[in-house]
Amino acid sequence: MRALKAFFRSPPAIIGLLLVLAVVVMGLVAPVLYPNDPLGLAGRPLQWPGANPRFPLGTDPSGRDIAAQLFHGARISLLIGFVATSIAVAIGILVGALAGFYGGVTDTVLMRVTEAFQTLPNFLLLLVLVAVFGSTLEVVTVAIGLVSWPPVARLTRAEFLSLRTREFVHAARIQGLPDWHLIFREVLPNALPPVIVYASVVMAVAILLESSLAFLQLSDPNVPSWGNLIGLGRSVLRTEWYVSAIPGVAILLSILGVSLLGQGLNDALNPRLAPR
Amino acid sequence: MTGLRIDNLAIRLPKGGDRTHALSGITLAVAPGEILCVVGESGSGKSVTASAVMGLLAPGLMVEQGSVTLNGQDLLALTPEQWRTTRGERIAMVFQEPMTALNPLMTVGRQLAEMWIVHRGLSRRDALARAEAALTEVQLPDPAGALNAFPHELSGGQRQRVMIAMALALEPELLICDEPTTALDVTTQAQVLTLIRDLQRRHNTAVMFITHDFGVVAEIADRVAVMQLGRLVEEGPAAQVLKAPQHPYTQALLAAVPPLNAPAARLAGSGEPVLELDGLTKTYASRGIFRRRKPVRALDGISATLRRGTTLGIVGESGSGKSTLARCVVGLMGLDGGAIRIAGRPLPPDRQKAAHLAQMVFQDPYASLNPRRSVGAQVAQGPIAAGTPRDAAWAEARRLFSLVGLDPDSVRRYPHEFSGGQRQRIGIARALAMKPEVLVADEPVSALDVSVQAQVLALLRELQAQLGLSILFITHDLRVAAQLCDEVVVMQNGRVAEAGPVAEVFTNPRHAYTQSLLAAVPGRAVLEG
Amino acid sequence: MRVLALAGRRLAASLPTLLLILVGMFLLLQLAPGDTVDALMAQMGGGDAALAQELRRFYGLDLSVAERLGRYLLRLVTLDLGFSAIYGKPVATVILERLPATLLLMVAALSFAFFLGLVLGVLAARRVNRWPDTLISTLGLLFYATPSFWFGLMAIVLFSVHLQWFPAGGFYEVGSGLTGLALTLDIAMHLVLPTLTLGLIFLAIYLRIMRASMLEVLSLDFVRTARAKGLTETRIVTRHVLRNAMLPMVTLIGLQAGTMLGGSVVVETVFALPGLGRLAYESVVQRDLNTLLGIVFVSALLVIAINFLVDLLYAKLDPRIVSGG
Repeated sequence: MRALKAFFRSPPAIIGLLLVLAVVVMGLVAPVLYPNDPLGLAGRPLQWPGANPRFPLGTDPSGRDIAAQLFHGARISLLIGFVATSIAVAIGILVGALAGFYGGVTDTVLMRVTEAFQTLPNFLLLLVLVAVFGSTLEVVTVAIGLVSWPPVARLTRAEFLSLRTREFVHAARIQGLPDWHLIFREVLPNALPPVIVYASVVMAVAILLESSLAFLQLSDPNVPSWGNLIGLGRSVLRTEWYVSAIPGVAILLSILGVSLLGQGLNDALNPRLAPR
Repeated sequence: MTGLRIDNLAIRLPKGGDRTHALSGITLAVAPGEILCVVGESGSGKSVTASAVMGLLAPGLMVEQGSVTLNGQDLLALTPEQWRTTRGERIAMVFQEPMTALNPLMTVGRQLAEMWIVHRGLSRRDALARAEAALTEVQLPDPAGALNAFPHELSGGQRQRVMIAMALALEPELLICDEPTTALDVTTQAQVLTLIRDLQRRHNTAVMFITHDFGVVAEIADRVAVMQLGRLVEEGPAAQVLKAPQHPYTQALLAAVPPLNAPAARLAGSGEPVLELDGLTKTYASRGIFRRRKPVRALDGISATLRRGTTLGIVGESGSGKSTLARCVVGLMGLDGGAIRIAGRPLPPDRQKAAHLAQMVFQDPYASLNPRRSVGAQVAQGPIAAGTPRDAAWAEARRLFSLVGLDPDSVRRYPHEFSGGQRQRIGIARALAMKPEVLVADEPVSALDVSVQAQVLALLRELQAQLGLSILFITHDLRVAAQLCDEVVVMQNGRVAEAGPVAEVFTNPRHAYTQSLLAAVPGRAVLEG
Repeated sequence: MRVLALAGRRLAASLPTLLLILVGMFLLLQLAPGDTVDALMAQMGGGDAALAQELRRFYGLDLSVAERLGRYLLRLVTLDLGFSAIYGKPVATVILERLPATLLLMVAALSFAFFLGLVLGVLAARRVNRWPDTLISTLGLLFYATPSFWFGLMAIVLFSVHLQWFPAGGFYEVGSGLTGLALTLDIAMHLVLPTLTLGLIFLAIYLRIMRASMLEVLSLDFVRTARAKGLTETRIVTRHVLRNAMLPMVTLIGLQAGTMLGGSVVVETVFALPGLGRLAYESVVQRDLNTLLGIVFVSALLVIAINFLVDLLYAKLDPRIVSGG
């Protein structure tokens, strides 16, 4: 309750929430506003924004409606962002919790694997995964999740390491409670707030990774994506730069919204000056 | 008027707190060459007083009225730049935590030399020479070597000596000490107190000494000021305040200080052994392939016996191995050698079976309860895991809450709604819920104010009489040990230095270490004499 | 000496990590549909099955997976990364040709992000919750949210197309015949926009970490001691706070090394820089798996090397590390 109140008192948190809600609404109304295939031919190519009232944001080099792609692209960004983040957070918490709680050999082995993933540039690994398994929406989403979990694991492990020697965990251990109780009832609830906050960073990175992949034309070509549109605009960058500029603003505002939301959550969940 | 004068000082707290003022109407004076002890429990405003004099009030605190003058100069009127030249030069301060008060990335010598470089404009070489002389004066072994040492290479006592050298570097008119010995072991504390008094006499410094410990007051004070909730309740010469306190609060505080003389032998030695420790050894070896550390012998052949219905005290300073011993007895740590037998049987490796043999009460009332679960759940979870039906376990939790003096209806609440003393009561209820053969108490009162400490000790005594508890009591505080224990084991460097009935050991210590521990207990001469 | 020994131990500990990556990657690439020969044949415009089989034998692709893995690892010890069918050269040669551009870009972007992040973080922390802090923190948020490839494109539109201050792409002016200082200057001009583009998000991260770290350190006990000593605020910040506050920044360099290398794929593609990142992109498109595997190996080595340097730097900054405290 106190956390909720603190959240709604912070202007950045409100702005973040509004931005994220705006993207969600865009995704929800996309099929209503633009029932036709956003990747289908809509009109004459390369019409500047405002030049034709039918296309308020103009058309791209293939004559497709930029506004329609923008609305449908919101669905894809959110979907990939959300699912990939869930995958990354789930793997990260599991690996981090086991490594941090048990220590010893378990920790060494799991941390070696985590290090291996972090030593490999994540975008490079993403490229390899897409090269091997193809670039369908499902593969891209899972691949982004698979390359994004190491920081979550590290964070969870650090929390577990400091919490597992806390006296209340010792007390529960002495009371004869099993490991699963110690992990899920005693330690995890206390380790979760910073991980939840970090999930916003993972989501921002996931949206960024997907749009980078799409920009390189290595994401699913059959779904409308903001990054893809920016990549298409490269060929006409010198003259019709708006084709690349508009979807970029959409990506920027989405990531900004997610980041602000995370920051607001952080201030609300981990108050520094809270009275004890 | 020379020295420090505080006149009718009032300091406002930010809105929304549980009171409006941190300090109200404080009037104090410290003359050159005099030590004034400011005593009080947590929340009394004693540290705020020190910060106000130092000009380092926490943000949000505001001086409402009153004046602070040092040798006639109004401190509250100083500009920030004037404050900067006053601090270190005319007023210096020694803080409580020696472990964090020094910059970890800078050598001791350079931190000390800064005083002369900044305030006197000396060259680095000259300043380092002064620094070495200052380290010699505070009797640091190998002062030349200490100059190039980083803080983490010194012990807590040595760091506090460095802090004192730094504070006295420029011969300030006023020295403020904020609980400078609270984090130190008792023998180190005695040495540091002696050092402060010697240097203060030699330099004729006015000292304002903040403490919560009447033992320390008795050791060092010329005059005493007692504070309660931001007000001054009593002030006078040390002998008068300690021997004939006027204010009821001072009287209560002094009464709560546990006397060092143990009550005449109680039932000691009657019951059968319930906990037998036989030649316990434990070594913290080097761990991992890539990191080598010197192995530490935490336990080195410890044997002791706790008899049913009695209390066995384990006393010693930090590093003596007493906490390791407690952890081994409850099964949190494995042994390298020796055997633990509880009620005649060896400690089983199975956590759930061991739970009925030994339970533990912890030191830190803020860390020993899970902040995200209701306190009742934390008491009931042990019996539930052991097979007690949920309803019965909760009913038992409510019964235990009233047994330890808490409202049974508060089982649904969360830890942050309780005070430190109440949390320790919850910790005791949690341990008792398992009906253990042995209750291990690891410094259960050392984080509490003296008056709360007395209440918790009284509760433990009551519960022991009522339930016939057998208690293994770990403490660094000989006064507390004298009050609660029947027998005592004095530990030093993982070995037993001396053991026996508490009255015998404390009145007639045979081992040199026990003698030095007892001699170092602050305030003995005044409070017990 | 103890510092070196410590860093050496860390280096040795990363060997299993490297092995794990190589084995994992090799096995992963076995799952790829189509191999180098398929790609080669496609490039040649088709061919018969017999030719394909001969080529497979030539490249050792007809052996079992375990055998090939063993051979591959053995060859790696002698730094033999195999042969790129697409480029018609040894993979090691192809990578070495592309390495300088990437290294230059990374060093430039890292320096830009680190030092500007440091300065802005300190400025923000010194004026916390006042307008300079609000401005810097807002800029940090915006930079963090800006996709690098988009920023790069917009920078090209503004600075290359309209203002014509900087070239729009490439590593140096091809065919200009520049040498010496003139060539250096030319390369520097070509690297300005890519450096800004790659460094932007790291600038945002560093300034945020530095600000938080400064605020954290400013609240520590030893800073109160420094105030009680009567030091000036400037001296407190430069002598006591800064070095302590920099420790998390230094750690971050190591943790972010891989991310930065990944970022160079996109940036080098946008600015047509002949670097390792663009090579990775090209080998994915052309299914040149030998080269891709080689790039993964070299990138991992690079990240390990950076972490080694970071360990040395950290041990130099923090005396507690060496004594193992």
